[in-house]
Amino acid sequence: MSSVLTRGPVRTITVALRLLVLTVVATILYTAVVTVVGQLALPTQANGSFVTSGGRTVGSALIGQSFTDRKGNALPQWFQSRPSAAGAGYDGGASGGSNLGPDNPALLKAIEARKAAILKSDGPGAIPADAVTASGSGLDPHISEAYALRQVARVATARGIPAARVRALVERFVQAPDLGFLGQPTVNVLRLDIALAGMGKHGE
Amino acid sequence: MAGLLFALTLLTLVVALVVFGWPLSTWMARTYTSDTDWRVERGVYRLLGVDARAEQRWPNYLRGILAISVLGVLFLYALQRLQPLLPFSLGLPAVPPGLAFNTAISFVTNTNWQSYSPEVTVGYTVQVAGLAAQNFLSAAIGIAVAIALVRGIAAKSTGTVGNVWVDLVRTITRVLLPLSLAAAVVLLATGVIQNLSGFPVVHTLTGGTATIPGGPVASQEAIKELGTNGGGFFNANSAHPFENPTGFSDLLEIVLLLLIPFALTRVFGLMVGDRRQGRAVLATMVLLFAIVLGAMAAFETAGGGTATTAAGGAMEGKEQRFGVLTSVLFATSTTLTSTGAVNSMHDSFTPLGGMVAIIDMMLGELAPGGVGSGLYGFLIVAILAVFLAGLMIGRTPSYLGKQVGGREITFVSLYILTTPAVVLIGLGLTFAIPAVAADVSSTSIANPGPHGFSEVLYAFTSAGNNNGSAFAGLSANTPWLNASLGAAMWLGRYLPIVFVLALAGSFANQEPRPTGAGMLATHRPQFVLLTAGTVLVVSALTYFPVLALGPLAEGLAS
Repeated sequence: MSSVLTRGPVRTITVALRLLVLTVVATILYTAVVTVVGQLALPTQANGSFVTSGGRTVGSALIGQSFTDRKGNALPQWFQSRPSAAGAGYDGGASGGSNLGPDNPALLKAIEARKAAILKSDGPGAIPADAVTASGSGLDPHISEAYALRQVARVATARGIPAARVRALVERFVQAPDLGFLGQPTVNVLRLDIALAGMGKHGE
Repeated sequence: MAGLLFALTLLTLVVALVVFGWPLSTWMARTYTSDTDWRVERGVYRLLGVDARAEQRWPNYLRGILAISVLGVLFLYALQRLQPLLPFSLGLPAVPPGLAFNTAISFVTNTNWQSYSPEVTVGYTVQVAGLAAQNFLSAAIGIAVAIALVRGIAAKSTGTVGNVWVDLVRTITRVLLPLSLAAAVVLLATGVIQNLSGFPVVHTLTGGTATIPGGPVASQEAIKELGTNGGGFFNANSAHPFENPTGFSDLLEIVLLLLIPFALTRVFGLMVGDRRQGRAVLATMVLLFAIVLGAMAAFETAGGGTATTAAGGAMEGKEQRFGVLTSVLFATSTTLTSTGAVNSMHDSFTPLGGMVAIIDMMLGELAPGGVGSGLYGFLIVAILAVFLAGLMIGRTPSYLGKQVGGREITFVSLYILTTPAVVLIGLGLTFAIPAVAADVSSTSIANPGPHGFSEVLYAFTSAGNNNGSAFAGLSANTPWLNASLGAAMWLGRYLPIVFVLALAGSFANQEPRPTGAGMLATHRPQFVLLTAGTVLVVSALTYFPVLALGPLAEGLAS
């Protein structure tokens, strides 16, 4: 009887420990297999969907970035991303949302300030919600079509390009949702700004 | 228009769940009834030193579960504390003791509550060998316990509930690993990353710099959803574009986290030899799912809250590629399944939309619930409903030919009381101990007013129900919250498992009695409504007061 009492639990612990080790080994192998498949079959995606401009890597198509000067002021000649709560803004090492509640006075104040700033820089008119709210990741690479169009006049003036050409560019960059209905239409800001940079240089 | 497109999304989700869930349930039922071992499994059993054909009574089965769980906590704790010595640690220091304790329990209990920000806390070795390994193991434990209960219900006075080692091994080899591998490759194709490059910096278009995070994300993302674990590789979880880059990846992740919990209803039907029973369980789960999905969708699209109104829509904390309704679908799926992954920040949802996320968890994670835990949680309530109906119509209650007597209803009652007790006592202590209340109010709570209370309510509800999502403004990395939420996760996971396995053993000892005309039919619409009603009434009576203090107060004021 005593041998059952002592040996049973000890045996259980031994078996459990072995299964734990085997699970850890299996998980490492699984991760290795996925890594090899990713690096061999889908290297672009596996490494972060990097995009280039003028032969230089300027970021990832999936990770939003700031288009500001060193002090954090928005540069009028670039389409602007959404507000960001990741670090000081679009910090890829500190993803996250503001987590400010729907009735938080601080959030209300921030939203009013963003609206005022957009009215000042982009002129009067309705302001879409994505333009004045921070995303969940703080790294949202997209804005709505409405917010992109809202910025056309400012960008065109700052660059000295006809607004109609900038508007046409935005419309080319509106991406429909997957299958037409999974999620929402988007405009990828970095891709749009890369195209914009090319436009300025070559005057196409 | 948005409503129509959302209906198409829901339709696609349902079709995907049927197309993948149907064969999966057949496969899983075979997995847990087959006498043949795969070659690799035979090797594993030899290494473990176990007899795969030995049937266990419930105390032995439970002992195996507890042993591997306690060892898992110790291993994961040690791994985090030793992080500087491990390879691929990205130069990160050892995880502090309180946080390591909380995180170890969190991942072993399938909760994946994260008091930490992964980018600055855990390197690749802890992520893979520690967290991802527990994602597999904790999911397997949930499924194994559910299968043991189903065997107990189906047993003909054998007294045994299966072999815990075989159930855990087969769940990993035949279900979780193959599905994760396939899902990870598809996720890769959508843009989820899989590399070991750390945090490379690039020079941006405007001449500034930007950090582009790296990591073995796709492999972890797949099991995180499939095992209803939910712990993000990055702080932003499935809102992060490298975890969830597109509308398609988002739908895939929702399919993954709902797949096994829903499929298990058919596994149940197949294993007890009456598919109608599985269909009734599924119907009840879908009914509850539809009610809370509709409620959250209505609240989030209607707006609410001064800041939300000023912005012109509930987009704070939401990604442009997902929008409001897709975020609502993810939020509903993740809070009803004990997953806890998020594609949007629940803390910034409208007051009443956020309340629905809390209510989803308060229902007890059973519509469809976590992998395994959803099915056993549901069967517990179904048995309670049988008992209540028995009292009303004056017949001896029985479920699938098994009598629900004093012993059985004791375990059922203990199960149902455990989680609310854990949640409400933890929450109550937090505000009743003056020093703790002062600390939580000043350092942890991020939002003023009732919303701040809701953050703490959300935290204990999430921990006690092993969900893992958060009103993430709450800074939970404090001694009290790490300790109390850790305790809540542990008790909320393992006390119910003890009662479920005890119940399974009790049923396994019984010879099934023939079901006759005098019995309550547990596959009919009446029973579906009775069970759904039981879920709603029990949760409402338990939690209404705390909801009134937090989200309801906020929602009605704004």
